[in-house]
Amino acid sequence: MDKLSVICYIIPSMIMFCCGVYGFITRKNMIAILISLELMLNAVDINFVVFNRFLFPGQLEGMMFTLFAIAIAAAETALAIAIIVNVFRAVKNVDVSDLNKLKL
Amino acid sequence: MDYSQFLVMYQEIGLLVLILLVFLFDTFSSKEAPRGLSMFTVVLFGLLTLAGFVTPCCKEVASAFGGMYVTSPTMVAIKNVLNIGVFIVLIQAKGWAHSEFMRVRRGEFYELLLITLFGMYLMISARHFLLFIIGLETASLPLAALVAFDKNRYESHEAAVKYMLTAVFSSAIFMMGLSFVYALAGTLYFSDIAASVIDGGAMLIVAVAFVIAGMGFKLSLVPFHLWTADVYQGAPTSITSYLSVISKGAAAFAFFVIMVQVFGPFYNQIWEWMLYALIILTITVGNLFALRQKNLKRFLAFSSISQAGYIMLGVIAGSAQGLGSLIYYILVYIFSNLAAFGVIQSIESKTGRVDMDSYNNLYSTNPKLAFTMMLAMFSLAGIPPFAGFFSKFFIFSTAVASGSVALYILVLIALINTIISLYYYLLVVKAMFINNQEDCVIAPFKSSVSDRLGMWICVAGIILAGIVSCIYNGIVNTSVHNPEYIFTIFAN
Repeated sequence: MDKLSVICYIIPSMIMFCCGVYGFITRKNMIAILISLELMLNAVDINFVVFNRFLFPGQLEGMMFTLFAIAIAAAETALAIAIIVNVFRAVKNVDVSDLNKLKL
Repeated sequence: MDYSQFLVMYQEIGLLVLILLVFLFDTFSSKEAPRGLSMFTVVLFGLLTLAGFVTPCCKEVASAFGGMYVTSPTMVAIKNVLNIGVFIVLIQAKGWAHSEFMRVRRGEFYELLLITLFGMYLMISARHFLLFIIGLETASLPLAALVAFDKNRYESHEAAVKYMLTAVFSSAIFMMGLSFVYALAGTLYFSDIAASVIDGGAMLIVAVAFVIAGMGFKLSLVPFHLWTADVYQGAPTSITSYLSVISKGAAAFAFFVIMVQVFGPFYNQIWEWMLYALIILTITVGNLFALRQKNLKRFLAFSSISQAGYIMLGVIAGSAQGLGSLIYYILVYIFSNLAAFGVIQSIESKTGRVDMDSYNNLYSTNPKLAFTMMLAMFSLAGIPPFAGFFSKFFIFSTAVASGSVALYILVLIALINTIISLYYYLLVVKAMFINNQEDCVIAPFKSSVSDRLGMWICVAGIILAGIVSCIYNGIVNTSVHNPEYIFTIFAN
């Protein structure tokens, strides 16, 4: 176990986080944007678990936070999907570039 | 287990009981006469608001759940201020809640609205980041559902998508910042973090930046404000008024506590300059964009962005006085903004118009509404006899209290922006009183009793909150004599 250090876990999770941010900004399909957001939230979960496991092995605070964060992420996704379904009914599309009617 | 610790959460428990009662009333009331629900909610919530003032509130700090939840006179004060705002919003929403569209959905509206308030209570009282995140999400997720509430209108959908995606994005960034804080401190208790992080280096800077960015989305500070105007325009007007005052007020208070208690020791090294830049950007950009708005809801969105910048002056002051001024500013902002939204909502429900041009010559047809709107604009702009002047005065004076030259320059910039903001606030007043070359498109009408009651409360607040000085003194005393030790900045 001591062959792998914290950094081996943090680098993939940060790459995941950056991919999420990149996808959030560039993607046009709302489902793809939602997947990018999930990537960001999961990167946070990995960070908490790894920091807890390697830096503070005597406690469970990070693990507990991760459990709650997963539940919150699930709630967020459910609500976002519901809103996207509503939008699909209204405009027959899930492309964000069609949602530009609110202007001056 | 000691169950008496729950008694310190009496405001939360009262609100939860209220939510359950509304839910039961909604479920078991007869569907033929469903109009009683809004009266039931408003009366019960009014009683809850009063109870917040008269209960023998704890004079010292009390905590529950091993210190995760803390309450003190300051927390009670900010919750009472939010209660007043929600009470006015509930009164003003009565007309909308009685429309035909809302007939079967009225119960959901009230339950979701009150649950977001419960989340804000948790945000305010949380002294552990886990409870804070739960409160934050409890406050922002039902709000997304409320923004999407008007499902026959396309605008509501677009606003909901924008609100939801930015809310999730911002909480992901916020939690990423928290994970770095956890790596540095090994704990998520606010007070323990401040005690255990000695010198974080680059990682701490990233963590603070992420936390500020995450909260900046909630507060609509400027680089993170892009969702605000669209969401305010698209959401139902009752929800817009709720978003602009209540959720912003709760987030501002929580932001103060996080910055001062958790990151207080790094005030000079790290976050003073970040916040400094954000405040200048927020006030200036908010003002400049407000100048060119024609839709009154978008106009108030940009106005609320620049008001958020003024509120942040209380955070950068970082003192007990700053906290008191921040709460007072939120109280005054609630009265002024809700008066403006009350007028907009009343006119929108009668004529469907929210653009500034249709307000031309409003004084000739609806003088009382025009007068209320004028008072609201004067108070938002900060013209002396009204409360807005005093709130700006106190927040400026606490910002310069530490005597640093940089903060003097910041307040000077804020002052110049106040003058710019006078221009666009007075544009509305000019449209109503001076532009009388054409006839007003809004026919004379009589607002409903609930609308008038809401506006009367707001007008009384605008006039009295500044002149009755015991209000400000009372609020500041709670935070100055606050035994809870969150002020670490100026300790040395």
